[in-house]
Amino acid sequence: MSDQILQFLLTGITLGSTYALVALGFAIIYNASDVVNLAQGEFVMLGAMSAIALSAGAGGLPLPAAILGAVLATLVVGLMLQRFAIAPAKGIDVVGTIIITIGASIFLRGLALLLWGKDIKALPHFSGDNPIRLGEVTLMPQSLWVMGGTAVLVLAVHLFFNRTLVGKAILACSCNRTAAALVGIDVGRMLLVAYGLSALLGAMAGVLVAPITYTSYDAGVMLGLKGFAAAVLGGLGNPMGAVAGGLILGLVESLAAGLVSSGYKDAIAFIILLLVLFIRPSGLFGRASAERV
Amino acid sequence: MKRLRGWLLLAGLLVALPILFPDNYYVNVVGAAAALHAILTVGLNLLMGYAGQISLGHAAFFGLGAYTSAILTTRCGWDPWLALGAGLVLTGAVAYVIARPVLRLKGHYLAMATLGFGIIVHILLVQTGSLTGGPDGIGEIPPLSLFGWTIDTDVRWYWVITGTLLAVVLLALNLMDSRTGRALRALHGAAVAASAMGIDTAQAKTAVFVLAALTAGLAGSLFAHQQAFVSPDSFNFFVSIELVTMVVLGGMASTYGAILGAVILTFLPELLVVFEDYEVVIFGAILMLMMIFMPQGIAGGLRALMRWPRARTARTARLTQDAA
Repeated sequence: MSDQILQFLLTGITLGSTYALVALGFAIIYNASDVVNLAQGEFVMLGAMSAIALSAGAGGLPLPAAILGAVLATLVVGLMLQRFAIAPAKGIDVVGTIIITIGASIFLRGLALLLWGKDIKALPHFSGDNPIRLGEVTLMPQSLWVMGGTAVLVLAVHLFFNRTLVGKAILACSCNRTAAALVGIDVGRMLLVAYGLSALLGAMAGVLVAPITYTSYDAGVMLGLKGFAAAVLGGLGNPMGAVAGGLILGLVESLAAGLVSSGYKDAIAFIILLLVLFIRPSGLFGRASAERV
Repeated sequence: MKRLRGWLLLAGLLVALPILFPDNYYVNVVGAAAALHAILTVGLNLLMGYAGQISLGHAAFFGLGAYTSAILTTRCGWDPWLALGAGLVLTGAVAYVIARPVLRLKGHYLAMATLGFGIIVHILLVQTGSLTGGPDGIGEIPPLSLFGWTIDTDVRWYWVITGTLLAVVLLALNLMDSRTGRALRALHGAAVAASAMGIDTAQAKTAVFVLAALTAGLAGSLFAHQQAFVSPDSFNFFVSIELVTMVVLGGMASTYGAILGAVILTFLPELLVVFEDYEVVIFGAILMLMMIFMPQGIAGGLRALMRWPRARTARTARLTQDAA
């Protein structure tokens, strides 16, 4: 029984790592621009699908080159999203931005459908698909890639925001955009960086997890929603809270699937999210924001 | 009487269409679908447009109404009208129970909570197969009949649905001009000021949430009998998003705007079918472009357009004054 639990925990952390990366992307964009980017899941799908497309076939690129190409392509999509869809819409409210990003996500999904069709595809495992045995528990080498990759990316993002000038400038924009502009920060460019970074994280999540979960043109929808849920669970606008939220969501889902029923795993994850919100309306690690009159 | 002018115009239009274009697919079938969506959006607009509370899970109430009618009429042999009543009771009760904790949340948290609720209901519809038929849904739902008149043709459904829409619109218009309606609008403008004026904001929000859910439940029951078939896909996350988009596109806080949004977004996919594979891409692009260029929706855009000559005159007058 304890072996089984351990197995669920490992699966949960792998799954949760993906959610953590998507949620981190949500938090970065939300911090920089107050926009909840519901096209975030589409970055994951684009990363995975374009890596598969670039590496497939006889003339395909070797895996590392394909991954690099996929991440760069997704990054460009992220920049274009900010430049051509978010930036032109000025003076728009929460619902308006939600609809724009939903429009963007439908657009990108349609584009993926045109380019790659409806088939479910898989990326080869990075280092073989022989499971590692630890007693009764098995672990795919790819899971280690997912966990390790996530840890490295989260650390890199943390250092970026705390140690680099650009990172601190983005944080300044999220605190007060006018003040940031007044001290000479190019707010427009910082927003671009935030969207690019967020797209990059999404694409990396997609590439890392694609060998395990497979992917298709519509794989981004549920991942985007789970990422949003994880970001809210952690407290919107708190990047490390988002990471924690992602891991918690993954663990809850995996335990629910293993111990209750796999059909209800998503429902259980969302019920827990609702309960957390009812008890703590600003998420687990969110600042309880004072309502301004 | 002024309040009724727009309503009479709408009623005249809805009556004239099937007479001017008899047996027309776009009137009887797509038009009826648009009117059904309009019932949903007029209700949702009470919540979103007037009270300023977003809901990304409205399709759940639509589904609860539809499934209650479907299950009670096919499995328990209930009379369709009795089942419709039961559907209303259920959607109203569920809405009432979740309203307080959900509506305490604000902004993105409220969006997430309603979205989560919608997903939970959808999963329940898929998973409780013995009751709901699972992903395959429920078929052979009997038709409604009204005073011995069986509603079983497209044009008859057109009349029933548009008739219901007119009733719902009348209700919405009257509500917004009532004391409760003014309280709701005050709530949207400034919740704190509203409560300082003695408005019980929590109760007002709950009431409008339940009312929006009831209209959705009613639409759901009608939908179940009209289609004679329900499946979870008609009530998923995308339907909720579509409804919100209709309200925003039409122009929030405008009942006729909500109807216009429903009509446009129901007809758009019909028209985009000619683009075949490009349909999805074009739909997404249109959504983005509309929000970028008309953030106030079509009703807001028209209002601004009508104000424009006056605003320009005022500005010119001010400029000349400044110059002098």
